[in-house]
Amino acid sequence: MIYAIEQVLNGVQFGVMLFLMAAGLTLIFGIMNLINLAHGSLYMIGAYVAAGVFSATGSFFLGLAAALTAAVLVGIAIEIIVFRTLYERDHLDQVLATFGLILFFNEMVRILWGSTALYMPVPSFLSGRVELLPGIPYPAYRVAIIAVGLAIALLLYLVIARTRIGMLIRAGASNRVMLGALGTNVTLLYTLVFALGSALAALAGVMAGPIFTVESGMGESVLILAFVVIVIGGIGSIRGAFIAALLVGVVDATGRAFLRPFLTIFMGGSAAAKFGPALASMLIYILMAAVLFVRPQGLFPPRGL
Amino acid sequence: MKKYLAAVASLLLFTASAGAADNVKIGFITTLSGPAGIIGKHMKDASELALSMLGGKVGGVPAQIVYGDDQQKPDIGRQVADEMLTRDKVDFLTGVIWSNVLLAIYQPVIQSGTLLISANAGPHEIAGEKCAPNFFSASWQNDQTPEAMGKFMDDQKMSDVYLIAPDYAAGRDMMSGFKRFFKGKVVAETYAKFGQSDYQVEISQIRDANPKAVFAFLPGGMGIQFVKQYAQAGMREKIPLYSAFTVDETTLPAIGDAAEGNYEVGFWSPDLDNPRNKEFVGAFRQKYNYWPSYYAAQSFDAIAMIDRAAAAVKGDLADKKGMIAALEKADFPSVRGKFKYNTNHFPIENFYLLRIVKDPDGGYVRKTEKTVFADHADAYVGECKMQH
Repeated sequence: MIYAIEQVLNGVQFGVMLFLMAAGLTLIFGIMNLINLAHGSLYMIGAYVAAGVFSATGSFFLGLAAALTAAVLVGIAIEIIVFRTLYERDHLDQVLATFGLILFFNEMVRILWGSTALYMPVPSFLSGRVELLPGIPYPAYRVAIIAVGLAIALLLYLVIARTRIGMLIRAGASNRVMLGALGTNVTLLYTLVFALGSALAALAGVMAGPIFTVESGMGESVLILAFVVIVIGGIGSIRGAFIAALLVGVVDATGRAFLRPFLTIFMGGSAAAKFGPALASMLIYILMAAVLFVRPQGLFPPRGL
Repeated sequence: MKKYLAAVASLLLFTASAGAADNVKIGFITTLSGPAGIIGKHMKDASELALSMLGGKVGGVPAQIVYGDDQQKPDIGRQVADEMLTRDKVDFLTGVIWSNVLLAIYQPVIQSGTLLISANAGPHEIAGEKCAPNFFSASWQNDQTPEAMGKFMDDQKMSDVYLIAPDYAAGRDMMSGFKRFFKGKVVAETYAKFGQSDYQVEISQIRDANPKAVFAFLPGGMGIQFVKQYAQAGMREKIPLYSAFTVDETTLPAIGDAAEGNYEVGFWSPDLDNPRNKEFVGAFRQKYNYWPSYYAAQSFDAIAMIDRAAAAVKGDLADKKGMIAALEKADFPSVRGKFKYNTNHFPIENFYLLRIVKDPDGGYVRKTEKTVFADHADAYVGECKMQH
């Protein structure tokens, strides 16, 4: 039983990780109507800058600050240079342009840092383990990821639901032409949203650095899962992204943990050993297809869209 | 007199190279982009070093290497190979990291008659029923390396071992190789998704199963992530982790101290004691300033093999039979020391137990502990009916 709870906890932790990535993506996609495949590049830039500054200064927080700053600056730069000409174009043009950005940034980090993956340790104050469940020491760093993810979710909720800027963001999502006609500087608002999205991606990258591999192209595999999350959650909805991320995390973890023993009951050990892992890796896509079948607009489509 | 000698010499040179090519093209397929690009870099650096140490010539004929990026995808690898055969008209084809890429390019290259030398992948199909005279392995057959770990752990009378590998063909090959020589109890075999990044679920499974040891085959970034997360979960102190193709010179810079003292296996490591290897590792470190991996060593050997083949036929590259006969002798200078070719053109070679130790610069490197297998042949050679 404790083992089952542990696996669900693993799923929640993975889900929170996905949420950090998906939150920025859903803001940009939902509010600016822009498919930004280069979101994974900002995640990668965050991880690289944090790893570099962390190893040079020995301070995790300096690394974090540098990563957020760098990603926001790069985000603003590509928003101004690339995306402003793309808002009026269709999604295919955006996909092509942002795919180009992925190639550019992947080569860029390779030129700057070389093609060897970077080493990024867990900060020493989080290197221990916490006994969340009896007899199960859980890495403190992963507990910290859950805490950061929940804090970000709460913060985003408050900003979007309770502040003036949040109101403008919601208004921009509903009707950007009307918002512009009412005298709001929509261009500036978009740049701001994009900067926020970039910072969230970089934060996800920094948190991922010590667990995953800091390497060129690290953003792409996470990006696919983040897209799954925002499609399930309803594009543009932070609440949807949060719930969908947890759902995807838990379904993925429990599928990997329990599908094979479960299948063994019906089809015998060797068939389950072949079929189980294959089915477990498809499970979240099956979940997405099922959700889209029942609710094509996602679980929590933002109001007014 | 001097003039006369020079004239005779050039005349001799001319007759000697009658029918010889005036330029040799070597196709080199590897992965140069994406996370596995680091492996491609090791291979490219090593092959360039090998050619420059030969003065830019193989068999005395000026040579050039044409590099192709397979992007770690079999279909792209196939396209690259087709282009190299038809457009570049390469005389040799080498490189190839991934077994699935090698299987995809295998038939067209073999049918073209071009000499194909794998500098890494060794799928069992090619060692067995699909073996061909114009294929040679500069590395090993997939099963051979994990077999050495199975043997070592069996010799240690270990039992209750937990196996983990990615869910793809080579992952299953590696585990069957391990089990061929490990007779103790295998607690469970887990296949994770290929390219997976988070292993917390699998680590919880291992903790729940409570084995005495874990054997992993998780190459590239998968290994970096698994080994780090395994240490972070506090498992390293409890259940020792053994691996093959997981902790090596391409992944160690990112794994750091999470693998210090771990055991690996391999046919080669940078400290292997023979003159050719000392020459290679010294020149490599001087030129590139990092530790070469087995990927680099195999690529270095592949170019040396091409040199020997071209020299044996005095540059007459149409003489495939002559080149194959020369390669079968395995008398080129290899960084692994002396070895033999089996009838399926896979090496009969030594496999060593390796340990991860600190190097003088504060990094980590693999060090040879002892020989597990001397002159070890692969398990599939009996299925090979070589048609000369």
